Amino acid sequence: MKNFIKAFVFGLATVSISVLASSGGANLDHANNDLTDKESLKNGFKTYINYCLGCHQLQYQRYNRTFKDLGIEEADGVENYMYTGEKAGDHITNTMPTKEAAKWFGSAPPDLTLEARLRSPDWIYTYLRSFYMDDKRPFGVNNKVFKDVGMPHVLQDLQGVSSVDEHGNITPAMGGSLTTEEYDIVVRDLTNFLEYVGEPSKLERESMGYNVLIFLFIFFIISYFLKKEYWKDVH
Amino acid sequence: MLANFMAWIDKRLPVTDAWNKHLAQYPAPKNFNFWYFFGSLAMLVLVNQILTGVWLTMSYEPSGDGAFASVEYIMRDVDYGWLLRYMHSTGASAFFIVVYLHMMRGLMYGSYQKPRELLWIFGMLIFLVLMAEAFMGYLLPWGNMSYWGAQVIISLFGTIPIIGDDLTLWIRGDYVISGATLNRFFALHVIAMPLVLVILVFLHILALHEVGSNNPEGTDVKKPKGSIKPEDQSKFKFHKQYTDKYDIVDAIPFHPYYSVKDIMGVAGFLIIFCWVMFFAPDGGGYFIEAPNFEPANGLKTPEHIVPVWYFGPFFTVLRIVPDPLFGTMAMFGAIIVLFLLPWFDRGVVKSVKYRSKLHFINLTQFSISFIVLGVLGTMPATPTANLIGIVAAFGYFGFFVALWVYSKNEKCKPVPERVSH
Amino acid sequence: MSNVPVNNGRRRFLTAATVVVGGVGVAGVAVPFIGSWNPSARAKAAGAPVEINVGKIEPGQLIRAEWRGKPVYVVRRTEATVSSLAKHDDQLRDPNSEKAQQPSYATNAYRSIKPEFLVALGVCTHLGCAPTHHDGDFDQFVEGVSQGFFCPCHGSKFDMAGRVFQGVPAPLNLVVPEHSFTSEDTLLIGVGSDSSEGAA
Repeated sequence: MKNFIKAFVFGLATVSISVLASSGGANLDHANNDLTDKESLKNGFKTYINYCLGCHQLQYQRYNRTFKDLGIEEADGVENYMYTGEKAGDHITNTMPTKEAAKWFGSAPPDLTLEARLRSPDWIYTYLRSFYMDDKRPFGVNNKVFKDVGMPHVLQDLQGVSSVDEHGNITPAMGGSLTTEEYDIVVRDLTNFLEYVGEPSKLERESMGYNVLIFLFIFFIISYFLKKEYWKDVH
Repeated sequence: MLANFMAWIDKRLPVTDAWNKHLAQYPAPKNFNFWYFFGSLAMLVLVNQILTGVWLTMSYEPSGDGAFASVEYIMRDVDYGWLLRYMHSTGASAFFIVVYLHMMRGLMYGSYQKPRELLWIFGMLIFLVLMAEAFMGYLLPWGNMSYWGAQVIISLFGTIPIIGDDLTLWIRGDYVISGATLNRFFALHVIAMPLVLVILVFLHILALHEVGSNNPEGTDVKKPKGSIKPEDQSKFKFHKQYTDKYDIVDAIPFHPYYSVKDIMGVAGFLIIFCWVMFFAPDGGGYFIEAPNFEPANGLKTPEHIVPVWYFGPFFTVLRIVPDPLFGTMAMFGAIIVLFLLPWFDRGVVKSVKYRSKLHFINLTQFSISFIVLGVLGTMPATPTANLIGIVAAFGYFGFFVALWVYSKNEKCKPVPERVSH
Repeated sequence: MSNVPVNNGRRRFLTAATVVVGGVGVAGVAVPFIGSWNPSARAKAAGAPVEINVGKIEPGQLIRAEWRGKPVYVVRRTEATVSSLAKHDDQLRDPNSEKAQQPSYATNAYRSIKPEFLVALGVCTHLGCAPTHHDGDFDQFVEGVSQGFFCPCHGSKFDMAGRVFQGVPAPLNLVVPEHSFTSEDTLLIGVGSDSSEGAA
């Protein structure tokens, strides 16, 4: 009997080790996101609107939901975050023609609503900080994390661009308007925002989870005593 | 008033009698242990799947163009939609965990042996339908892993000689997996399979109550009529269907004793279930796989196509055989041998407690092999993994062969007549 | 030999506690199932208040808007039209708008917030056809009244405040939806002036 339980525990341990091993990902920097940091999320939202939305839609996410979750008054949001005359209840989309876009970039720029869940926030954080000069690419840049990516370095005026020598060593980015620390914060806020967009109900889910677990714990204790009481008849 | 009402009903439908026969006066062995929680838990998860499934259907759109977006619609736009969806997706994995543990219990205590062969067969049919149900359900979110997972499984049918290609075409209803495939899977997933599942569960319980529950000792609580002195019989009142034919020992009424115990089990299970559902609903990428966060794309294969974890053991059996046809046969064989387990085991002693050391070792290696096959099934195929997989598959099939050989003249310990504690 | 358990106080208490706490749990589980039937964000976005720039409407002109799947007529009434409203009260079914076909802030002689602007659903209260606006030739339907709405389906007639005339199939005045002015020229259909209801 005991040995079977041992065998199962062993099996479960094997599974969980492989879970940990596979969820790590190779050499990604940590974004250390904080979904409760509304200022960071707002900054990320702004950066997204200004730099990303031109090509990448958030077609499953609505403006007004984002305003509500990020603590932005709807009137303010319409004024400061919406430039193209949509309604507050609309999805965050652009008007880029998909077929044309595929011609320009090699493939159509993907929707990013679920990017943080598809590739992980750390991947986005690292990716946006890993562009380097490469004359062989159409836009003059390549990326360490996403080799031969079709996308230009859209944040180049903020970060500048780094180059790689023949040994693969990367020189720090030059020529951007922000310092490395400032740029990392911009990217981190953007990553934070994309994690939020990936699952807007995450905070609600977790806070509900604590309440449910407390309730279940109480229920478990009561049912334990009830069982013990009834089983006095048996023993 | 209520008594009059019940009398009126009972004249027309034996409700009180059924309640007594199956719950309040059903003789359940008094020594059920931890492993006996999983039957009622499977029932709980089934109810959860049906309810959340019905509710998800209200907002889901079964079409190639709309399916993926409608899942995000449920996750974002529908009030509590995210909760219903996670209850369903976590529930799917929980279902298999519970069912695997429930089957393990049957293996350990010989609950498949005579006279419970049919009970075991119904259970295996439930397992088979559950796998079909899960496979079809997994296509519905129309994510890229849904698509490619279905692609791999459907192509298994293509390995059948002569009719294979036509068969896969017929299953898909199109030259590729498309909205047509999605629609038929949807219909089967939400109507046909659940209906069959519920009927099978009903038969499973009916068969159980006909033969009576086994227990960790593997003893019989129903003794021949007149063989037990009245003072040694169970002090509880049982339904006359049982007492007319047997003297009942070491048993207690299912209700209230096992109902209160199962309530406690449910609470404990829900703590773990909710902990996963609220804090790690994608189960570390095993319950909801990352590639499923991009829409189905027939031109873009995910890096590693692996089925959901609960198909892992059978998928590994498929993968380690180089020839696709034999691989498919081996995979279905791995399920068929489980069906035939009551006849592989020629022994009469049920519980592993009183069987030979050899049986204990065989069962242990089987459990480990099964887990190893499962873990390998979720990992990319490498030569090393393949080698380990072959060893584990030998362990898996070897269990049945060895059991057939040694169970005929197995040296078992004496089984007590009565439950001692 | 009985299955009736020993019914001591402790057992009764624990049973009651389990039933109550379990009942709370079941009620809690019901919340998402019931809550998910509320209008979704998509439905709310589709039913969101509609904004109209009324500054561009010429005097006497009618424009049509759509709100929650229904046509809304917005008419900029001339002073002459407004002053003529009181002249045919005796021919109307409900001249003082006593039936609740309009929000309280529009329960007045013009059935509107500003006398100049009529906002009404273009849905006949008889069988739901769209009444047509007649400017100048309405006296073919009601003698002495030059403007109004005529429903082509069964001949119901309404005046320029959407009030129904007597002797027609339509029983009630046209519905005035919740509306408000967020600025001098901006009309918001769907949010009431007292901003208490109708908001999406």
